[in-house]
Amino acid sequence: MSSSRPGPVILFVATAVALFLLMPLIAVIPVSFTPARFLSMPSGTLSLRHYQALIDNPAWGQSILLSLRIGILSSVIATALATMFGLGIWMFQPRFSALLIGFVLLPLVVPPVVSAMTLYFLMTALSSFNNWIGYDTWLGVTLAHAVMITPFAVVLILVALFQVDRRIDLAARGLGANLATRAFRIIIPNIKFGIATAALLSFVLSWEEIGVTLFITSVNAITLPRLMWMGLRDNIDPAIAAISVLLIVITAIILAFRIFIDRRRTIDPQ
Amino acid sequence: MIGRSITFRKILLLAPLLLFLGLAYVVPFLGVVRWSFTMPEVGLGQYRALLTDPLVQSVFIRTLRICLIVTAAVLVTAYAIAYVWVRGSSVQRMLAEFCILVPFWISVLTRAFGWLAMLSNRGLINTWLQSAGIISEPFALARNELGVIIGMTHFLIPFAVFPIASAMRSIDERVLLAARGMGASRTRIFWTVFVPLTYGGLIGAALIVFVFALGFFVTPAILGGGRSVMVAELVYLRIFQSPDWGLGAAISVVLVLFIGALLALMRRFIKPAHLIG
Repeated sequence: MSSSRPGPVILFVATAVALFLLMPLIAVIPVSFTPARFLSMPSGTLSLRHYQALIDNPAWGQSILLSLRIGILSSVIATALATMFGLGIWMFQPRFSALLIGFVLLPLVVPPVVSAMTLYFLMTALSSFNNWIGYDTWLGVTLAHAVMITPFAVVLILVALFQVDRRIDLAARGLGANLATRAFRIIIPNIKFGIATAALLSFVLSWEEIGVTLFITSVNAITLPRLMWMGLRDNIDPAIAAISVLLIVITAIILAFRIFIDRRRTIDPQ
Repeated sequence: MIGRSITFRKILLLAPLLLFLGLAYVVPFLGVVRWSFTMPEVGLGQYRALLTDPLVQSVFIRTLRICLIVTAAVLVTAYAIAYVWVRGSSVQRMLAEFCILVPFWISVLTRAFGWLAMLSNRGLINTWLQSAGIISEPFALARNELGVIIGMTHFLIPFAVFPIASAMRSIDERVLLAARGMGASRTRIFWTVFVPLTYGGLIGAALIVFVFALGFFVTPAILGGGRSVMVAELVYLRIFQSPDWGLGAAISVVLVLFIGALLALMRRFIKPAHLIG
């Protein structure tokens, strides 16, 4: 091992890369405390006015609630569909598994802008015959997000399934368990951590989705990223720095939580 | 009868997702393909425009140039940090993992904004350089191609780290020991033994980064400030600013064909599980 410990050159480069990776996340912190109305570094005095603006302007709260609602619902849809699909692949090992999985991963491989265009087409088509699910509606956004995040959920659930020992399922089958018993009492309890991770990742991906959302919303279904986008294009609103700092802090907490659970799971496998 | 009921259950589990994506993704994509041939008039006009319109061509060339530069930059930087993540001491490994995963989980929008805070005229770098008296006028770091390249490189590093690190982990330690036993220097082992053994991961990483970069939209739109438009932003502009849905659709179709061909060529290097941390 000592023969391949990182030498000084590679350590130097890696440190520079690590700083590069963290730099923009750190840079938003001072900007969020600027007293000025535009994006700038505070000089001398610090101000909380941009955090205050997040509370005073009801648009922020509304978009956060909307993003939560869309994120939870689309994550539930994606996780449920992905779990069923994963179980089908794992239990029956159909002949064209690879092809089916490849098909399901399409939205992940196709460039986001093409997916956005495709879902824009879908939404305009749906809008032509109903007012609920379609262009610029929250259910439309939920549907579009579910399409985009399902492939990620499928990957995570398949990874979890392939770590399950097939013999426990065979034993259950040999003892006469039917399909539902095998699925709900044997397999799902064994991949529950994978399902939870898939649900969490699905929620996060929907929560921060902007590429597709931009194409399928205009004035009604304003999610949090959509609202941030509106304040980013022309005159940059420093309130975005404030909301970014909050998002970074929340992400760091969730990540720490995940690492904590990961570690506990490896130390104490139930 | 038993055989039939198994088929039925199999369909019950597999069909919902297949139907869902078929109806909500594949069918609408065919609609986009149709747009590309019918808007504004039936024919191959939009594809002809793609080949002849100098604006579209300059956007394609710029996109390719930016993607190649970004891919090269990402591979070098990701390789260095992946090396420390895989082979460093335990403290080094933890720090590297933290620096890779935290940005990975933060939204593309927040990260692009972070780079604006860093690079814009009143941002961190220019403010410091000016107050230190090194420069009198702010450097143009954002709202141009340089900003786009920096922002995209930053976004894509984690996606390259995962396949590279997984290739590094699967190297047989004894090969390195053998090289050392035969008297090779550390530098020599790194360049002639270690790096060649990770070519598979490097190719996979290059492919992922290049494909992602090609369809990139948010970072160029924010950090390019409308001056350095890439293909994906062009699609957006063609749909929402100068309504020309046919051209937007035609560009989408060409992008899908191009990436499909690229992936088909490189199929054996792709492992979907590597896309996620």
